[in-house]
Amino acid sequence: MAEQTFYAQQSANRRNSILLALVVVVLLAALGFAIGYALTGDPAGAAVTTGVAVLVGFLVSIGSYFGGDKLVLAASSAKPVDETTAPQLINVVREMTIAANVPMPKVYLIDDTAPNAFATGRDPKHASIAITTGLLQKLDREELQGVIGHELSHVRNLDIRFSLLVGVMVGSIALLSDFFLRFTFWGGGRGRSRDRDGGGGGLQVIMFVLAIVLAILAPIAARLVQLAVSRQREYLADASSVELTRNPSGLERALAKIATDQEVLEVANRATQHLYFTNPIKKFEDRSNSMFATHPAIVDRINRLRVLTGERPLDPGDVEALTGLT
Amino acid sequence: MEWVIVIAILVAIALFVIGIYNGLIGRRNRVDEALAQIEVQLKRRHDLIPNLVEAVKGYMGFEQKVLTAVTEARANAVAAGAKGVTAQAEAENMLTGTLRSLFAVVENYPELKANQNVLSLQEQLTTTENQISFSRQHYNATVLDYNNGIQTVPNNIFAGMFGFTRRDFFDAEPEAANVPKVDLSLS
Repeated sequence: MAEQTFYAQQSANRRNSILLALVVVVLLAALGFAIGYALTGDPAGAAVTTGVAVLVGFLVSIGSYFGGDKLVLAASSAKPVDETTAPQLINVVREMTIAANVPMPKVYLIDDTAPNAFATGRDPKHASIAITTGLLQKLDREELQGVIGHELSHVRNLDIRFSLLVGVMVGSIALLSDFFLRFTFWGGGRGRSRDRDGGGGGLQVIMFVLAIVLAILAPIAARLVQLAVSRQREYLADASSVELTRNPSGLERALAKIATDQEVLEVANRATQHLYFTNPIKKFEDRSNSMFATHPAIVDRINRLRVLTGERPLDPGDVEALTGLT
Repeated sequence: MEWVIVIAILVAIALFVIGIYNGLIGRRNRVDEALAQIEVQLKRRHDLIPNLVEAVKGYMGFEQKVLTAVTEARANAVAAGAKGVTAQAEAENMLTGTLRSLFAVVENYPELKANQNVLSLQEQLTTTENQISFSRQHYNATVLDYNNGIQTVPNNIFAGMFGFTRRDFFDAEPEAANVPKVDLSLS
């Protein structure tokens, strides 16, 4: 099922994430149109409603776009490091920036025995990568490079920006739905077509029903699509890491080691889980095969990498064995 | 009225061709930049080697041959810088070979392996070797992008006209093609 070259995997992932993002756009447009029409009885009003929702969502996200990375780094107790405090790590990062032709990001260490990593920053010029001391101790140079390649690729592929855009739309859908449902059920019903001049009539009532249905379902659907996009971008980052290192087995072994590690990352929580290399909330990681997961299951990620080197796929039980193969 | 349409079409074609030309210039410049970056990494390696030789000399009195080989190969590589790309690539590959022999020998000296100086230099050289590899890899990526640019339609129509020619990839070391022989005999 997975593609044979990392180029093909990258194309497939990019295409899928864009298609998924379009689904969210369509949902937003449909919701906006239905609500606007239901409330005002004409399409122009619908356009205005949608536009306002997107604008509000956008304004709310601007803070996150510009200041989000500092917030996340502070929330994770990340400490900056340089050539004197972590020479090998800085070297590994530098090698990846040469392969990727991007500027050096700021590098941070999180003092925790659980192995994990994340990247933030809206573009390569404003990027930060953080890894845990646990990761640094438990992985060898090749494995570390695979993880760093993955994180740098998130920056390089503008994933943070992409996720933000999808997030704005999903947020707008939530805002619109919330506003509409409150207005309808607690606003005294002043939006009913009978109170307005002529206009919509039967169609408006249909739109109204449609708007209510969408207002209830769209936020959930949008959230599921957002999670699917997140999973696609994770696969994309894995394939992009291979493009940089040309060494799938380093990343494979890193994934296997992290999968079998039992430590819990203290500083992570629901708000930051999607940023990490693997989902730091253990019970979410175990449920990875569901639609509600931010990350694909580790064994699936390993198997896509194994396709690149022509090896047979692993069963979940075999992952442990991979860690001994250094 | 027809004049306006004809002029508009001519302007559109001109803009189209300008776009192609500028795109090709951009790609070719990226190739040249990537090549220059490789030079930077090679020089860094040249500068690190004397320190390494100094650090291990005291411990490795018996291994004069290996140390001399490294020092000589380095001198050759520095000189080859002026002799063109092929000569330089050959000299650099020889230097890589001598360094590999040196590190193989270091494995036999436990005090050397534990020496902080040597460890730090080893890491420096490892990262420099990696940086050279990744620079070459990136160079190949820019060459791929550029060659695709001049060979695909419609760019290929104009590429020859403007003097854009195919660039070569960076080849792996000649020894890399030789599969190491594994001797499993029981002698």
